[in-house]
Order: sequence, then structure tokens, then C-alpha cells
Amino acid sequence: MNENSNIEKSENVLIEMRGVTVTTMRDSGFVVLENVDWQVARGDFWMVAGQQHSGKSDLILLAAGLMPAMTGEFQLFEKDPQTFDEKHLEQRLRIGVVLEAAQLFSHLTIAENIALPLRYHKNLTAFDATNEVKSLLDLMELSPLADITPTNVAANWRRRAALARALILKPELLLLDNPLAGLASRHVFWWVRFLDQLWRGHEFFGGKPVTIAATTDDLRPWQNARRKFALLHEKKFIPLGNWNEVESASDPVVKELLALPSEPAETAVEKS
Amino acid sequence: MQGLGAFALITLGVILQKRGVARNVIGPRIRQETTRAGVALLPMFSFVALALGFLVIGQTVSVLAKLGATNYLGSTMVIVIVRELGPLLAAVLVLARIGTAHVIELGTARAMGEVESLEALGIDPMHYLIVPRVIGMAAGVFSLTVFLILGALASGYLFAFLQDVPLTPGDYFKEIVNALGWLDFALLALKSLAFGFFIAIVTCYHGLAQPLRIEEVSRVTVRAVSQGIIVCVFIDALFIVLYLLA
Repeated sequence: MNENSNIEKSENVLIEMRGVTVTTMRDSGFVVLENVDWQVARGDFWMVAGQQHSGKSDLILLAAGLMPAMTGEFQLFEKDPQTFDEKHLEQRLRIGVVLEAAQLFSHLTIAENIALPLRYHKNLTAFDATNEVKSLLDLMELSPLADITPTNVAANWRRRAALARALILKPELLLLDNPLAGLASRHVFWWVRFLDQLWRGHEFFGGKPVTIAATTDDLRPWQNARRKFALLHEKKFIPLGNWNEVESASDPVVKELLALPSEPAETAVEKS
Repeated sequence: MQGLGAFALITLGVILQKRGVARNVIGPRIRQETTRAGVALLPMFSFVALALGFLVIGQTVSVLAKLGATNYLGSTMVIVIVRELGPLLAAVLVLARIGTAHVIELGTARAMGEVESLEALGIDPMHYLIVPRVIGMAAGVFSLTVFLILGALASGYLFAFLQDVPLTPGDYFKEIVNALGWLDFALLALKSLAFGFFIAIVTCYHGLAQPLRIEEVSRVTVRAVSQGIIVCVFIDALFIVLYLLA
């Protein structure tokens, strides 16, 4: 716990991007977003919506400091992110990341996957990490799958295990890439409720609120007046405001992400 | 080649720089990789040692005995088995059995995004994925080379004995021991460790260094194996120069 208290800092802005150009991980010359101005403050819950290939995953990878910005100013915890710099490891461990494909390590079981960051960064044996991992598995209803390798687990549960792995080190900032994509409705409900609890301060994590930034291709499950919304469209990052402003937006792309017809129903009927 | 060299230097740097980091995670991983590239291959190497003894040594001993040239037995065995065939064969077999698995595993992990996941967790992929494989393979090739040489020399005598070659075990091993110098031990150790290190570097480099698509993994595996063999032959050539200079 001392280590945790040592790394707690008092920054209020956790992510700051100014005029940032985002490229893809595979091709550092291929621009997916231009001139991104985005500020994630402590206590925010951001939902960044976008259609397929709008640059959602790349924005999350960049925000997590996993790839550099092509141009512009980008700061994480008010510092330049340097992925492999040992001096910045503490900063890296303040961020939890869950990518869309979950990407669990196929040679480890679900419990071993979740234990890995804890064991690696605190130099624990598998036995030493057992209690902490077990209680997180119980919290996330993953205990029956603990000893199974990820390829034998359904995608719904793999994503949940990836969330557990991102949370085991109790991060201050959680970055999620399209966390609800392809999930069954029961799991969608669980995720929205659980993330909301994390954001408010879950008792398991000492009641400390977690700042969350997530992407989505469907805005409907995220209805909440206190969340902040933005849209990725045509290489632009467009802030939308809160839920009321999202609902009243006339942009056809926002309507599509809300699964609403892009023109009034009467007009559509008249045309048909 | 530049990329390979840089990858080798980075790996050495990580081995030295992070030697005490996450000992409880990396230690078991190194043991696991050493078992995989060493202990687990013992049955196959026992068979190969028997075959090598029969094919090369048994016949050579038999011919030399017929010609009355058993004086040359020691130097022939040392050049053929200890200096050349033993280390090279051990390296190629480990490359075929474990090196290919490295490329496939790492290439698939890269294609599936597991490497980005490690980075996201603040775990250096070079430390977690590469260092145990490199140390495991260097230790594995070294131990298996020693095992293969001893096994082949012993089985070679067995086959020669079965062919009624008039040579006592004492004379046979005395000839070999007399032909061995301290340089042979030192260079054998260096050479087999270098083989293991560089095979691991080549296979890990191809699997991990570039972002791969899942369909590219098989092509990259074939390229890594050919390059691994070329690197082994190149290292072997360097050691021949060392033997000649000594």
C-alpha cells in the first residue's frame, strides 16, 4: 500500500492532447485522426464514439502511451509518455488498458493472466499472489474459469478477464477500446454497471474513483448525464458535450451511433 | 543483418540491465525454457547419439583398425565429433525442434496483439518473452552438445566392439583424451553457447521484431530457419579460424 501512496500524484489533467495527429500501430505514416484536442481530467468518464475504421483503437493506443503522436503535443499525467523508460514505469502502472480483442496471453490460464502484472511488478511468486487474484476473480465472477486457458473461454469472459488483468494493479486511469463490442446483453449490463461503480469508487479498490475513457460504436448503453461524449468522424475529434447534447445532436453519424433514423420518421414514411 | 545485430545487442543489454528484475517471474520462465530446449530433447538426442556413433564413429574406428591406423583415432574423433559435427548437429536439431516453435509462438503473439498487451501492462516484452528463450536455448544447446558428444563417442565404441575391432575401451578413450587440448574445451563451450544464443536471436527476431499478420507467420518461420542455419555455419567458420590460429 505504501507503494501505491507513493505513486499517487496530484495532477488534475491525466491526458492532454493538443493538435495531435494519430497514426496506426502498423503503419506510422497512415494518418487516422488529425488535430485532436482532448483533455481528460481526473474524475471524468469519457465516451468517444465512432464508426468502424474511425481511429478508435489507435486513439486508445496513443492515449495509453503505447505509440507516439505523429505531430502535436501529448502529455500523460503532465509528462511526455515514454513507454520503455524505466524511470516512467510508475506512470505506466497508473494506467489500465483493455483492448478490443482482449489479447490475453494464450500460454497462461485466466488466473495466471490476471496475476502476471502483479507478480512481475511486485516480484511475487505464484503462491504469494494467490489471495489477491482469487478475490478479484470472485468479484468479477471469473472463479470457475480460473484454471482454463483463454482459447477455451468464450469471448464475453475473455474481455472480462482482460479487465481484471488491467485492474489488478489498481490503476487511476482506465482506457477501454470498444468494451461492449459483441458482448451478450447480460454482459453489457454487467460492464456498464461495473464501470460506473469503478468511476464512483468501488469498495474493492478502496473507494477511490477511477477516471475512465472508453471508445464505442454504439452510444445507447452509455446514457448518463454525467458522462462526457465525443465523436470521431472524417479524421476529426469532435467533442459532443453531455448526454442531453448527444441526444439532441442533428449529426447523422451521431444518430446512427444512437441507432436512430437519420431523418424524421414521417419524412422517411412519406418518401417510401 | 543490421536489424539482427541490433536485436542481439538489445537482448544482451536487457539481460544485463534487468538481471534482478521480477526474479520470481523470469526465473521460472528461464527454467521452463531450459527444460524445453534441453531436458525435453534428451530422448531425441539419445537416439541421434546412437545413430551418430553407429554411422560415423563405428565405421571410422573399424576402417582405421583395419588399416592399422588407430594412432589417428583420437585426432579424427576430436576433429569430426568434438569440434564440428557434435556442436553443429546439436544446434541444427534444436533449431528445428525449438527454434521453429519460437518463431510461430512469438509471431502469433505479435499478430494477436499480445505484445502490445505486455507493453500496456508495463512489462518489457524483451525481458518477459525473449530473455528466457535466449538463456534457455544457450544452456540447452550447450548441455545437449556435451551429451551428444559423450553419447556418440560411447556408442561409437559399442558399434566398433560389436564389429570385433581389436581395440580396448581403455585404448579408445586414451587416444581421444590425448588428442583433446584445453582449447577444445574452451572453444566447444563458447561455440555451443554462441550457437544457442544466435539461434534464439534469429528465431525470436523474426517472430517478434516486426508486426505480423497471422498469415505471414508460416513464411517468416521458413525464413528464420534458413537464416538460423546460415548463422550457425558462419559462426562455425569463425571458430575454424580460431582453431587454425591457436
